[in-house]
Amino acid sequence: MMVGRRNLMVGSAALLAGCDKVIQQPAARRILFMGEEMHRGLQRALVNRNALAPEFTPEQRSPFFRPNGTRDPGTADYAALRAGNFADWRLQIGGLVTRPLSLSLKDLGAFAQRAQITRHDCVEGWSAIAKWQGPTLGDVLKAAGIRDGARYIVFTCADQYRGAPYYESIDLVDAFHPQTILAWALNDRFLPVMNGAPCRLRVERQLGYKHAKYLMRIDAVASLDGIGKGKGGYWEDNVDYDWYAGI
Amino acid sequence: MKTVFRHRLATRLWHWINAVSIFILIGSGLGISNAHPRLYWGSYGANFDPAWWELPRFPSWLTIPASYNLAISRRWHLFFALVLAFGLLAYMIVSLANRHFARKLRVRRSDLSPRNLMADLREHLALRFHDPAHPTAYNIFQKLSYVAVIFILLPLVILTGLALSPGMNAGMPWLLDLFGGRQSARSIHFLCMIGLAGFTVIHLALVILAGAINETRSMITGWWRVPEEPKP
Repeated sequence: MMVGRRNLMVGSAALLAGCDKVIQQPAARRILFMGEEMHRGLQRALVNRNALAPEFTPEQRSPFFRPNGTRDPGTADYAALRAGNFADWRLQIGGLVTRPLSLSLKDLGAFAQRAQITRHDCVEGWSAIAKWQGPTLGDVLKAAGIRDGARYIVFTCADQYRGAPYYESIDLVDAFHPQTILAWALNDRFLPVMNGAPCRLRVERQLGYKHAKYLMRIDAVASLDGIGKGKGGYWEDNVDYDWYAGI
Repeated sequence: MKTVFRHRLATRLWHWINAVSIFILIGSGLGISNAHPRLYWGSYGANFDPAWWELPRFPSWLTIPASYNLAISRRWHLFFALVLAFGLLAYMIVSLANRHFARKLRVRRSDLSPRNLMADLREHLALRFHDPAHPTAYNIFQKLSYVAVIFILLPLVILTGLALSPGMNAGMPWLLDLFGGRQSARSIHFLCMIGLAGFTVIHLALVILAGAINETRSMITGWWRVPEEPKP
């Protein structure tokens, strides 16, 4: 019996459509979404928690570091900060900390600085290499004093998505990783507005959407419940992106 | 009519796990490709950098899900990537232990002589795929293509996939050195997919030519009916 090429194609299209039906089943969806936890578990088990992302030489940088997502928050508050060259910008460090901080750009510059040339990987598939500089998030969190019970660090941004500020979160392993910095400089200049001025997160072992731009607040929290829709970030809440973006 | 036991349980299980995984991985992978359909060589590569291949936008009847959704394509892809990788690992361990590779896939130097290859090509063109003296043995083209898929294409597609992970880059930076940077790994990953898709199409065509029902049954139950000798 011969199976025609046409039948094969029709069969294949039906199987593909079947996949779309499968993922509408809550149980199937739960199993599929467990892949994220498996990858996180495997990576945490196989990779030293302080293993560094590859770093590059100045010559290996991309000619142009393309922006993505918000290129200008465009709010009145942000426009006012920008007009004053971010002299009035303050980064609030709060939540489960013993000493809440309010840091200016000058304050960030007073911490020990880390400069690194790293590769930025967008979830879409492209990569760009650039130099970043700023204090490590770990030093800033130590200055604020993380309290017992804190498990995640939440970043709240100046840009609005669907009427709410963009936000992201990471766990303490990534928060205290030596390459996780609050970058205020890109390629030896102040961060341009399109790349997140005046300060963005660099969390080098994860995909681009975790690297929150236009930082306004950093909070230590015990749980992600009750923040946004509870999944730890704008994209995680609204379009099913993985919270753990190490792959 | 003679029936013989042809495929062990491990082979049959792995075959069907792979059939499902490869199908889903290619469909979801084409969906992921649509998010940034440009391939580069080297470590970096984005919109303003020269691409060596600007891919077409893959149509909805080829992608999982049908309508563009990068997050859901990634969920399918990353789950079945684990199935494929650990499936291959388990199959390799079992096949080394029970000497499946040595018995079924060993390629001898004499098999590769031009005379032998030409003879097998003529047999293929005549749609005769089995040596009447050893009907259950794989022919040389079969062996070479299975060896290429099991020992080259599948390991390569898994390792280039791992090299795309910024988390694994920190743990296994040598993978990036091996492939010449993350964007090179992404390009090789795509080329491996083309190889696997090509293998799958030829494999299905030959299954149909060799007798779809008999071949499919042998991969389900293990039992295969030996083709009748053509009468002179």
